[in-house]
Amino acid sequence: MTSTTLGMILFLTFVAATLAITFWASRQTKTAADYYAGGRSFSGVQNGLAIGGDYMSAASFLGIAGIIALSGYDGFLYSIGFLVAWLVALLLVAELMRNSGKFTMADVLAFRMSPRPVRTAAGVSTIVVSIFYLLAQMVGAGALVGLLLGIHSPAGKAWTIVGVGALMIVYVVFGGMKGTTWVQIVKAVLLMSGAALVTLLVLGKFGFNLSALLGQAATVSGPKANPDAFLSPGLKYGTEAQGLAGKIDLISLGLALVLGTAGLPHILIRFYTVPTAKDARKSVLWGIGIIGVFYLLTLVLGFGAAALVGKTAIAEGDAAGNTAAPMLAQRIGEEIFGSFGGTILLALIGAVAFATILAVVAGLTLASSSSFSHDLYAHVFKRGQATERQEVVVARISAFVIGAAAIGLGILAQGQNVAFLVALAFAVAASGNLPAILYSLFWKRFNTVGAVSAIYGGLVSALLLVIFSPVVSGGPTALFKTADFVIFPLSNPGIVSIPLGFLCGWIGTVLSKEYNAAKYAEIEVRSLTGVGAEKATKH
Amino acid sequence: MTTQEHDASVYEQMQESSEFQELKRRFRRWTFPMTVAFLVWYLLYVVLSGWARGFMAIELFGEINVGLIFGLLQFVSTFLIAWAYARHAEKVLDPIADKLRHEVEEKTQ
Repeated sequence: MTSTTLGMILFLTFVAATLAITFWASRQTKTAADYYAGGRSFSGVQNGLAIGGDYMSAASFLGIAGIIALSGYDGFLYSIGFLVAWLVALLLVAELMRNSGKFTMADVLAFRMSPRPVRTAAGVSTIVVSIFYLLAQMVGAGALVGLLLGIHSPAGKAWTIVGVGALMIVYVVFGGMKGTTWVQIVKAVLLMSGAALVTLLVLGKFGFNLSALLGQAATVSGPKANPDAFLSPGLKYGTEAQGLAGKIDLISLGLALVLGTAGLPHILIRFYTVPTAKDARKSVLWGIGIIGVFYLLTLVLGFGAAALVGKTAIAEGDAAGNTAAPMLAQRIGEEIFGSFGGTILLALIGAVAFATILAVVAGLTLASSSSFSHDLYAHVFKRGQATERQEVVVARISAFVIGAAAIGLGILAQGQNVAFLVALAFAVAASGNLPAILYSLFWKRFNTVGAVSAIYGGLVSALLLVIFSPVVSGGPTALFKTADFVIFPLSNPGIVSIPLGFLCGWIGTVLSKEYNAAKYAEIEVRSLTGVGAEKATKH
Repeated sequence: MTTQEHDASVYEQMQESSEFQELKRRFRRWTFPMTVAFLVWYLLYVVLSGWARGFMAIELFGEINVGLIFGLLQFVSTFLIAWAYARHAEKVLDPIADKLRHEVEEKTQ
């Protein structure tokens, strides 16, 4: 049996199991709170696993292991930003948001503001951030199938994107938050087990001596003139050749990573799936534990691939290094258990990678369709007059439409270098959403004009800066290789757009006289004490 | 008086109470400085990765260098801060928050 066949069998088992869960969840989903928030009845541990399943995307599993395998230490910078970011969510956002919101990010922002402009801004930002992130994952799925199943034709890749998109639509439309959460829990367990197994085998091969593993990685994959450079920063981000702009770009990326997480809509809505703020806290603690351990595993996987597979072979498989982890699984399996062991491990890691993509895209589709239905349809178009039943129907239709759009865009973007979209989603979340959320929760004077200015200011500045940056035009790695309209020298807009988002929010606020003392008293008391927080539904 | 106005006045009274102000102070006095601290600590790491590469490359044990230890310390500090926050919230914040929540719920029912 080839690893392709075995991988397909494992993956189809995952699909069958998750479809069964989705069918079960669809029968449990009756009210809007069931559809949007899984009835708020998940435990802290379950939601912690789902947070891991929602957050650990293919970009962080395959991508970070790949960056480490090709460029050494610099991949580690990415994972540290992704992890430390969770402290912002834990200390400042998760519990207060659970206490004062209902279904979407906009619920917290609209609490003491004029609802229609604020919900429009937050809805637009939610959908933009989620679609960017979604698109990057869809294109990644197309690339992955080429590498894992040997399907390289554009038609084959397009059908893979259609398949991934169709499954994602089924999970979200029928399973709602309950189905999506269970898919993410199953995926988190599979991903952690798969990554831990390969890590243990790799460490075992080096006698659990990390120094020996690093030494071999540097010798095999480091620069010939100075192998040890592979083990310290500077081969990928802010290289000496890029000069000062490159180093400032590194800081800009770091800022977006550390501040973006607490503004990502698909992460924020996870806090609504538990009964109380204490459970939200517990779920973030579990999430931090799982995500932290996972990034430590990817460190070993990345350096392990550099040591055992080697940079040259990995770069031949995929220029961005996305096949480093599957190739390592195959190699270590062969070395320890013979060729059949390699087949099994490759199949296992390939199936896990697909499960990873599916769980993340489902979370993104759910976040964007929930915001479309709850914020734009129910509160902006219907001015809060929609019934629960209408809202859920619209949410399901919009999940279908957004899923279909993601499939179409994913096929169109095939072969394009869209990896920058993940960093851009974090930058927009940090520049527009985070200032609006923090001001709403902590600044007495904050008002409608301030909220709208922060969101649009952060969103538009991040987008414009990226459009006029080297990632979109003016070079062989840019989206448009032949055109050149670069004005902004950095690939990451965060260092400018994040302060600008906070500044826009402040200026907008002080320019408007609106201030509602009673509503501020209410959100402050509710967010800190949990009075009037939405309760879990009982079945 | 409508229910909403009644609720609002209950919230305003609670907001002004010394116990609520104490809860708010204890929450902010812990989380705000800690947020500044871990962001500075993280940015120090990023800045050193850009500008102090010689320092980051110093080998401490075998192939394990300052950069790797510094990165691993970011994991350690994240786990410790998360654990410390949970402890602070359970011991200091939750008892006051629970008490105040019951008080408001009694008044609004």
